[in-house]
Amino acid sequence: MDVRVSGVRKEFDRFPALHDVSLDINSGELIALLGPSGSGKTTLLRLIAGLETPTDGKVFFGDEDASLKSVQERNVGFVFQHYALFRHMTVIDNVGFGLKVRPSNTRPSTDEIRRRSSELLDFVQLSGLEKRYPAQLSGGQRQRVALARAMAIEPRILLLDEPFGALDAKVRKELRRWLREIHDKTKHTTVFVTHDQDEALELADRVVVMSQGRIEQIGTPDEVYDKPNSPFVYSFIGESSTLGVRVENGELWLADRPIGLKSELPNGDASLYFRPHDVEIVDGSQACIAGTVVASRRVGATRRVELDLRGSADRVEIGITADHPATEMSGIAFRPKHWRVFPKN
Amino acid sequence: MALDQPRTKDPTAIARHATTERRTARYLLTGTALVFLGLFLLLPLVSVFVEAFRKGPAAYFAAFPEPDALAAIRLTLLVAAIAVPLNVIFGVVAAWAIAKFEFKGKAFLTTLIDLPFSVSPVISGLVYVLLFSSHSLLGPWFKSHGIEVLFAVPGIVLATVFVTFPFVARELIPLMQEQGTTDEEAALSLGANGWQTFWHVTLPNIKWGLLYGVLLCNARAMGEFGAVSVVSGHIRGLTNTMPLHVEILYNEYNFVAAFAVASLLALLALVTLVLKSLLELRYGTELRAAGGH
Repeated sequence: MDVRVSGVRKEFDRFPALHDVSLDINSGELIALLGPSGSGKTTLLRLIAGLETPTDGKVFFGDEDASLKSVQERNVGFVFQHYALFRHMTVIDNVGFGLKVRPSNTRPSTDEIRRRSSELLDFVQLSGLEKRYPAQLSGGQRQRVALARAMAIEPRILLLDEPFGALDAKVRKELRRWLREIHDKTKHTTVFVTHDQDEALELADRVVVMSQGRIEQIGTPDEVYDKPNSPFVYSFIGESSTLGVRVENGELWLADRPIGLKSELPNGDASLYFRPHDVEIVDGSQACIAGTVVASRRVGATRRVELDLRGSADRVEIGITADHPATEMSGIAFRPKHWRVFPKN
Repeated sequence: MALDQPRTKDPTAIARHATTERRTARYLLTGTALVFLGLFLLLPLVSVFVEAFRKGPAAYFAAFPEPDALAAIRLTLLVAAIAVPLNVIFGVVAAWAIAKFEFKGKAFLTTLIDLPFSVSPVISGLVYVLLFSSHSLLGPWFKSHGIEVLFAVPGIVLATVFVTFPFVARELIPLMQEQGTTDEEAALSLGANGWQTFWHVTLPNIKWGLLYGVLLCNARAMGEFGAVSVVSGHIRGLTNTMPLHVEILYNEYNFVAAFAVASLLALLALVTLVLKSLLELRYGTELRAAGGH
């Protein structure tokens, strides 16, 4: 099912949570809404589900306008952050709930509900736990029950709010891979919310980066990582170093020397963004960024070097391979291989 | 205390000293509490039964078949049977509205629910006298339609409902607020309608708290004296509830009968207490399970 969010605005008590957000989700896609807390990602998810109504704008499921439909009519599978399992029901009753409450003309028989629920529990690898209560399950198991319960209603889309937020790191990684497998098998259109960029980049077909109620960038994990379109995305996704520079006639200058990078920005102050590990070490005679090593740390396979730059108050970090001869030197000159400049605001 | 004693190597021993008072202080505190309880709670309760049985079991049981006593018991049961279900409905609805929705005037409504607790019961009764007496606005209208409110059963029911209104709501509001709305949202997203959500999800989540509220509400409905006394008119065999009947018997120096009827109310209180502690046991684990969710 295609989902289209068109010009949606949402205000809570006059406080805007979303400004004019538009988003096209293709059928069968796995999409991540990624952003810091307060960026409006959960609000957007709840708007798609129908748990909130937009102040303005529309939500389409396929060609049909879903904006005026209630959450029951939208037929979405929603997995809540803390699962919201019904604590007085057994696992199998939780999973069968959505079928049990259907109107009598579309409700399967009790046996059929039981059969389908066990099938789903089997699918999420929880067979044998049918008779348990939620309180008797681990966090990862509850998460699976919640997913099975959401899938039991044969939803048109699956929506997951911070699906791994309440789990410890190891279970989180396992479940992440497992969710990807499930998605590849069922091909449900799936949207999940996360504040964890690793999760978003590893799991999603496309990532929607949000900040302060706006969508900053939509793209594949490669696109948002390699071609961030704003300072926010650059600093939010992956590591980045920033340096205040000056644009002069199409060239970037740091204090009194050009650094060998070109830009089409008009003359004036600007910010240079690059990935610390994505630099080439050069000898100081060319146009480059040069600095004195003030600190050096070993981080995995690379060495992280902090440089005090000549002619700038900024300090920058770069990453070079641990056995690079430059790590022995007190002064290093480098040029970013991939970089972007944004006008200083 | 701990400082005066030689240092021990066992860290738990130090922890015990840090959090526990000296033995004498412990006994003094516990003793004071027990003496106070015995003097002010246990002694009066025991004396009710002692007085009731002063002239033997025969005299005790003779107090009940008396027509006025029977009428009082019947009226008390009737009033409770009307007031408690009404307050359960009002209480659940009010708690639902306050805990699950945001609206203007919510704080005011919450305060209003507490009103019967903060107003003297006599005033509560008096309000109905002012509302329904023959010189008031509503009294003559009801009279012309053949309905007696004051000094009749409707007045007693109204006063009781007013006085016992907060019990159920007060019990449910914090519970429902703590549970939040995600369980309901989950049910709705799975396709359940409002009634199904309430019946299968909300009600099971609050059932122990609700039962607890009903118990307290019932105990008060049967035992209320002040408000009922003002509106009842004390017509023997007609508008006397058990507490009022006890007072009349007592004023007639019929001590054995007075205490016999009083012992029924005391028994009700005891049964309520036992049920309440059982519920607390049960309800406590339920809440802990919810907290660990």
